[in-house]
Amino acid sequence: MAILVFVETQDGKYKKAGLEAVSYAAQMNAGEVTALCIGEHEGLDAVAKIGASSLVVLPDMGHFDAQKVSSAISQVASNLNVDTVVISNSYAGKDIAPQIAGQLKASLATNVVSLPNAQGEVTRGVYSGKAFAQVKLNGAKKVLAITPNSFDILDNTQTAAMKEVDVTISEGGVVLKELKKVTGKIPLTEAEVVISGGRGLKGPENWNLVEDLADELNAATACSKPVSDMEWRPHSEHVGQTGITIKPNLYIAIGISGAIQHLAGVSSSKTIVVINKDPEAPFFKAADYGIVGDAFDVIPKLTEALRNN
Amino acid sequence: MSVVPDTTTKIAFTDNDTKFNTDGVTFIVNPYDELALTKGLEIAEANGGTVTVCHVGSSSSDAAIRKALSIGASEAIRIDAEPLDSQFVASQIAPIAKEYDMVITGRESIDYNGGAVCGLLGAELNWPSVNVVTEIAVADRKATIEHDIDGGREELEVNLPVVVSAQKDLCEPRIPNMKSIMQARMKPLNVVPAIEVTQQSEYHTYDLPPAKQGVKLVDASDPAALVEMLKLEKII
Ligand SMILES: Cc1cc2nc3c(=O)[nH]c(=O)nc-3n(C[C@H](O)[C@H](O)[C@H](O)COP(=O)(O)OP(=O)(O)OC[C@H]3O[C@@H](n4cnc5c(N)ncnc54)[C@H](O)[C@@H]3O)c2cc1C
Ligand SMILES: Nc1ncnc2c1ncn2[C@@H]1O[C@H](COP(=O)(O)O)[C@@H](O)[C@H]1O
Repeated sequence: MAILVFVETQDGKYKKAGLEAVSYAAQMNAGEVTALCIGEHEGLDAVAKIGASSLVVLPDMGHFDAQKVSSAISQVASNLNVDTVVISNSYAGKDIAPQIAGQLKASLATNVVSLPNAQGEVTRGVYSGKAFAQVKLNGAKKVLAITPNSFDILDNTQTAAMKEVDVTISEGGVVLKELKKVTGKIPLTEAEVVISGGRGLKGPENWNLVEDLADELNAATACSKPVSDMEWRPHSEHVGQTGITIKPNLYIAIGISGAIQHLAGVSSSKTIVVINKDPEAPFFKAADYGIVGDAFDVIPKLTEALRNN
Repeated sequence: MSVVPDTTTKIAFTDNDTKFNTDGVTFIVNPYDELALTKGLEIAEANGGTVTVCHVGSSSSDAAIRKALSIGASEAIRIDAEPLDSQFVASQIAPIAKEYDMVITGRESIDYNGGAVCGLLGAELNWPSVNVVTEIAVADRKATIEHDIDGGREELEVNLPVVVSAQKDLCEPRIPNMKSIMQARMKPLNVVPAIEVTQQSEYHTYDLPPAKQGVKLVDASDPAALVEMLKLEKII
């Protein structure tokens, strides 16, 4: 038995979600764990101490071309004869996981939030966060895309070595014209803390309240659907059933009523704080902590309290 | 195109939590697929061509398929089988899709949330696939595409054929009118049998997220108390 884990990097550093994937693979207790990364990286030790016994480094392929990357990862998986490929469920991961499953003729589960149980079932999020399903993958080979912030990174030191695997980098079908990075921002799906604003904030000019609070907590910012529909905020911040589903450790909702479609995307957050001036707002029923009050009054005080802490 | 429970549905399960409870549930066209369809129509109108909707499911989806026809698709193909998972769906659609110049799926179905059919089709057809697309323009069999990536967006160029998945922002969904609803009744809805494929996954049981213990309220005059509580619980 052997497991291959794709570890995403950013500016040469392993992403937390990638390390979660390595640690997940180690905890599967299903054989040797090989970590794989592309281009510049942080070395062997950082993955060896959480359970990888080898590291494969693929050459830099330029911009992240999902076709090229998935073909290269599939080649490594075949070459090492692994039965499971673990990937984090980021945008990049969601792009390559199905392609790798297709290429390896493996069974696929995305949105995975549990280790396999004794029956070999994994739990995955369904109905956009409103429910979970226990799924058994039938294939001899499996591809698992695991939800960020679902697993701890545990120490589990292995003696480890670098591994060389020959791959043929295919010609990709897409040509990059322009890269528009939202620099300095934490991707919403991976953020540990998310501060979210709703229609209660009255207009885009008031978003400094959300951003100042987010700065104090090193948080990503999000919003409800009407806020992005009215173009107060970019659509990429819209969370909920028809937006992004997130699972941060802490979600702070400001001036959001808590409609069922909004709750769907955020209710897996470990801790939910709701700030709303209406004590009857449905969001309070789904919250761990709440403040009934005017955001324009409460948020500056909250930000101040954090700053002084 | 996938057919899913209306977004206001309170999710519940029956038969010892092995089946989704459809009692009183309204089924709708998956919201992302409405965008996919509308964009398909815009591209077909600009370049000449038609749009076919393709669905894997039972006759209970026919009303939603008619809705798609009333939005403007020329014809519909329904593959008559329970959609077991994204892989099953992609395997059923691939032999049909290969006759077309472009396939547009949704970013994900809001029930299975696989987010996988686009990439699976790409792999199966050996076409390039581009996920979570927010803009597409097609001219001379070349597509210029904008799509979301972690922490940003990128613009790509790709030759047809291609598979893409629709993300919010791609377009405003079209609303059918009385005339298009009448016309949709006359459009072909072809039902075809499923092909044999290996079943990749089995959905055994379902459960709901644990209920919250009840909210701890903090006085609005003292938000610092909230900071203390979050620190005490090691949340921040
Ligand atoms: C098909 C469909 C899909 C949808 N998908 C999504 C989705 O993915 N995500 C999503 O978010 N929504 C979604 N919705 C919309 C959803 O039903 C709600 O309309 C939406 O979430 C409400 O946004 P809101 O809470 O920001 O605004 P509102 O419902 O208007 O709530 C504003 C809240 O702010 C409070 N407030 C006002 N002033 C203040 C103040 N000064 N201080 C503090 N609080 C204040 C009010 O008490 C109120 O509770 C969807 C709807 C449909 C039909
Ligand atoms: N049963 C189905 N029939 C046709 N298309 C589907 C079906 N299920 C999913 N799709 C398409 O694939 C997309 C992604 O689905 P999923 O992988 O389930 O998240 C959907 O938005 C649809 O466009």
